[in-house]
Amino acid sequence: MEVPILKQGDVLIATVQEALTDADLLHLRTALVKQVVRCRSRGVIVDVTSLDVMDSFASRTLRDIAYMIRLRGAEMVIVGIQPEVAFAMVQLGLKLEDVATALDLEEGLAHLKHKIESAV
Amino acid sequence: MDDEIRVPIHSDQDIVVARQKGRSLAAEIGFSSGDGTLIATAISELARNIVTYARAGEIRLQRIQDSARRGIQVIAHDSGPGIVDTQQALRDGFSTSGSLGLGLPGVMRLMDEFQIESEQHRGTTVTARKWKSYNHS
Amino acid sequence: MARIDNSVEDKQVKAKYAGDTQPVEPTSVLLRELVAHLRQSRTQLREEWASRITEAQLLTAMTKDEIFAEATSVYDNYVEALETGTFEALQAYARNLSERIIPRGVETHEVVGIVLLLRDVLARSLFAKYQADFTKLNRILDAYEPAANRIANTVAVGFVQERERIIREQQEAIRELSTPVLQVRERLLILPIIGVIDPQRARQLTEQLLRGIRTNRAKVVVIDITGVAAMDATVANHLVQTVEASRLLGATVIVTGLSPEIAQTIVNIGVDLGKMNTVGDLQGGIEQAERLLGYKVVPLTATS
Repeated sequence: MEVPILKQGDVLIATVQEALTDADLLHLRTALVKQVVRCRSRGVIVDVTSLDVMDSFASRTLRDIAYMIRLRGAEMVIVGIQPEVAFAMVQLGLKLEDVATALDLEEGLAHLKHKIESAV
Repeated sequence: MDDEIRVPIHSDQDIVVARQKGRSLAAEIGFSSGDGTLIATAISELARNIVTYARAGEIRLQRIQDSARRGIQVIAHDSGPGIVDTQQALRDGFSTSGSLGLGLPGVMRLMDEFQIESEQHRGTTVTARKWKSYNHS
Repeated sequence: MARIDNSVEDKQVKAKYAGDTQPVEPTSVLLRELVAHLRQSRTQLREEWASRITEAQLLTAMTKDEIFAEATSVYDNYVEALETGTFEALQAYARNLSERIIPRGVETHEVVGIVLLLRDVLARSLFAKYQADFTKLNRILDAYEPAANRIANTVAVGFVQERERIIREQQEAIRELSTPVLQVRERLLILPIIGVIDPQRARQLTEQLLRGIRTNRAKVVVIDITGVAAMDATVANHLVQTVEASRLLGATVIVTGLSPEIAQTIVNIGVDLGKMNTVGDLQGGIEQAERLLGYKVVPLTATS
């Protein structure tokens, strides 16, 4: 299932669905990097509010995406990690180091705004 | 055995199926939503190991019960290459970034009981159980 | 020839062979007879039982009307269990009854007591009815006793299990109350932890905090552990996990009140304390939180 990516100014917002397979994640990685280049976006938000399980592959892939996007000069924030999912992640030992996280879309946009402005 | 759910694991899509079925069964047994997420995450990791290292196998989900409580049992079985050093596998975690470890210590933390049997060239069977705290309908 | 009435012939046959080896009726037939008798004598036996309950000073927490109403239900369920030989309905009834009477202060010995009294009342009525036929009485009791004992057991165990469940729920509720997550300012939560933390409480704490972060949209959390005497490695791990999980929800965590002992425990489990945001005391922690949130800290001027 393809993850929808919306453009809001110079920010891209990708909203992940519940049943996310590995293939979906890899498609997302390709699609986001392509879009960042095409739209010359300064920021990317990956909204995982609907994601019911974050496992090691999802965590690794999201970090890869953040890294690749940073190479293109953009910042990434993951928003909407559910309390239960966060708890399971830390039990499993997944920390999403080096990736910014925010509570929700609103916070994510505020974070990006701050980051983008201070990077000038 | 009644109430056993078997999910064949061949591809990444099967990982999602296995964890969704695990979550449903957990809910039926009466686990909280939070525990359901822990169980689904453990199943995801175990199924993932099958896909990554053995290419094919199965996940079996069962209801279990003892005198005072109910729970769920997850069996991840494959006939893959097997793990040479299970003791080491139980020590490797995801702590180092980019580690290709099996994440078994993590699965141990997510579940209450954990057993692994593996023989080189013969395959691996991981059995993990989680108990619901008390037995009331 | 006239048709012979089988039942009459039966009785004559039995009379003829009385004292010798008797034809043995199956338990089911005996139980049916027993149940019929108990149903017939329902009103009288129920009253007898109710008065014996009062005599024994049981169920004092309930009014006479309530006792009578429950007695009726118990009696009917009892007889039905005898009749059907199945105990699920009785089990369900026992739990239901327990759920109602436990909050009224009824205790285990009372419930066991009234069930045993009923068993006695019914047994005595059997003695009365079959006193002329000792052999028959014995057989009826053989059929009655295992079933009656199983019933007593089912009800008692049902009551005890329900009681244990309620106690556990109350303990959960107390634990929840004793780990309050306080919203002090907008976007700022404080979690003061006091006393002994076991892994279960630690886990509950984490879940409450994470839910609180989401509900209150907190950006900073101050976890104060001044009131925690000691912490083992497991609980220290939980604390570290709480900090990490909070971060995944976009919140910054400040830990205050870290004693040197607990700091050492944390270092021992391999956590780099330098990476954790720690401040000496709660007040300092709140001030830092406010700075992070962009509040200006202004001293109050005393009015004389």
